[in-house]
Amino acid sequence: MPEATFLDANELVINMGPQHPATHGVLRVILKLDGEKVVGTECVIGYLHRGVEKIAENRTYQQFAPYVDRMDYVAAVTNGMGYCEAVEKLLGAEIPPRAQYTRMALAELQRIASHLLWLGTHALDLGAMTPVFYTFREREEILKIFESYCGARLTTHAFRIGGLQYDLYDNFERDCRKFCDYFLPKIDEYEELLTTNRIWLSRTKNVGVLSAEDAVGLGSTGPVLRGSGVRWDVRKAQPYEAYDKVEFEVPTGERGDTYDRYLVRVQEMRQSVRIIRQCVERIEPGPIFGKVGKVIKPPVGEVYHSIEAPKGELGYFVVSDGTVTPYRVRVRPPSFVNLQAFDTMVRGHLVADVVAIIGTIDIVLGEVDR
Amino acid sequence: MPDETKGPPAGGLPETPSKPEGAASGTPAQPPAEAAKPAAPLKPAAPAAPAAKPAAPAAKPAVKPEPWVNPLVDELEKRFPGGTGNAVIFRNQPSIVVVKDSLLAVCEFLKSEEGGAYTLLTDETAVDYPKREKRFEIIYQLYSFKQNHRLRLKVLAGDGESVPSACGLWPTANWLEREVFDMFGIQYEGHPNLKRILLPEDWVGYPLRKDYDILRQDDAWVQANLNISSGQ
Repeated sequence: MPEATFLDANELVINMGPQHPATHGVLRVILKLDGEKVVGTECVIGYLHRGVEKIAENRTYQQFAPYVDRMDYVAAVTNGMGYCEAVEKLLGAEIPPRAQYTRMALAELQRIASHLLWLGTHALDLGAMTPVFYTFREREEILKIFESYCGARLTTHAFRIGGLQYDLYDNFERDCRKFCDYFLPKIDEYEELLTTNRIWLSRTKNVGVLSAEDAVGLGSTGPVLRGSGVRWDVRKAQPYEAYDKVEFEVPTGERGDTYDRYLVRVQEMRQSVRIIRQCVERIEPGPIFGKVGKVIKPPVGEVYHSIEAPKGELGYFVVSDGTVTPYRVRVRPPSFVNLQAFDTMVRGHLVADVVAIIGTIDIVLGEVDR
Repeated sequence: MPDETKGPPAGGLPETPSKPEGAASGTPAQPPAEAAKPAAPLKPAAPAAPAAKPAAPAAKPAVKPEPWVNPLVDELEKRFPGGTGNAVIFRNQPSIVVVKDSLLAVCEFLKSEEGGAYTLLTDETAVDYPKREKRFEIIYQLYSFKQNHRLRLKVLAGDGESVPSACGLWPTANWLEREVFDMFGIQYEGHPNLKRILLPEDWVGYPLRKDYDILRQDDAWVQANLNISSGQ
């Protein structure tokens, strides 16, 4: 908790959460207030801790794969992709192009789905009721594609170490193209509702400002870092799969406030559509599984691999002792690290802005607590 | 459950380290593959037979950590004599062992422009090797925007030993170190707020240590707070 100020007599400590509709899960925040102004916060987390890293040490490499879907449960595809790639890197395995482009297409669909969920709930938190109905309508289309591909909508377990479990269904490309054509005008619709809306502007502009220097110091990644003006994206900086072969831009903000982060995510959805279109063009017939064998037994060694998840840099540090069970799996969760910037962002703002700032970080407590 | 799958590798385990030395091609991989096959019928666990097959393609690339030769390693050795140790590279990922006492000085240098501007501490975590003299490896994943390069630092610490906190250099270390403390019980010197972060504050035990069984729990805490005898 923050040090006492000369206004001690007026200071009030209140508790928010863990059961609170605007904390996006079981986040508990202890707020220290001076009147309506926030002078300090403390986040209490761990309500959803399931010991995922411990479980990993007691499962084989493949057995652990479904567990990662349950961390960031609104972006299961990217979670699984990061884990599979980390193990593949440890094995030194190569993945056929068909599997790579399929993974990328699905991962970008997942990014859009995650951003849509964020946009809807973030707007809802700030009192804009309408967008959530629209964003969920579009998200449903994505989930339908997931369902057609692997039978699951949320915890998809879409990929396997080495490639894909299932080949694409017949109309996957058509469905993706159809979705892209359908979705682009919808982004304009959301922007029409929000981008120049006066209430939206006054609720988000200059709220939760995070300087680029602070963002780097606090380890923020993803849209939070880019909103602060740092043009850095793992997909560009250290490309994985075939991200070096597709064209897309990395949108950034200027002021690092809630509004800029909103713009960054909206632009990212447009870029994701661009990537999906390119991927779908390049999915060609061929094998979907690399040479990894049926039992995954990597050589002794350790590898850190990270991907650009919808929420930021999602890293897996996998240590192998040469057996079929990982010796240690460390998950570097973007939500957990980004949430640390919350205190810096919220100080000096009003209680009503707390909700805006929790929303703008885009956390999922399943991933914060693991 | 995990024990069923853990069983078979006992036969396959020694072959992994032996391969990179003797085997440049896939042919020497054959004998151990056949050696493993007769072992399979002995146990009901099926994985033994397929386990031998994937070992051959996996062994093709160089699979051993190799010494990392880089100007940065020499520079560190020059600036901090005896402050750094074993620098290796594996799968194109370099890592350097840093002596605990010179950790902060090395980090400060690496963070500076001349040290390579490793301004982002991506992750900090630990790995427990209970059989070693110093059982904990504390791992720092650094990233330099300027060079677009990742570097892994390792600090070794024994049970009960404390490690200097990196919070002063990278504020992000605050929560990351709290999590390491929470899971491994490693003490950080100079940490502003070292307390548990994911587990309840009065929990007893450090779950990610290797001697903490997966089914173990703090029975007294579970009884007192949840009013049940087991959370499993």
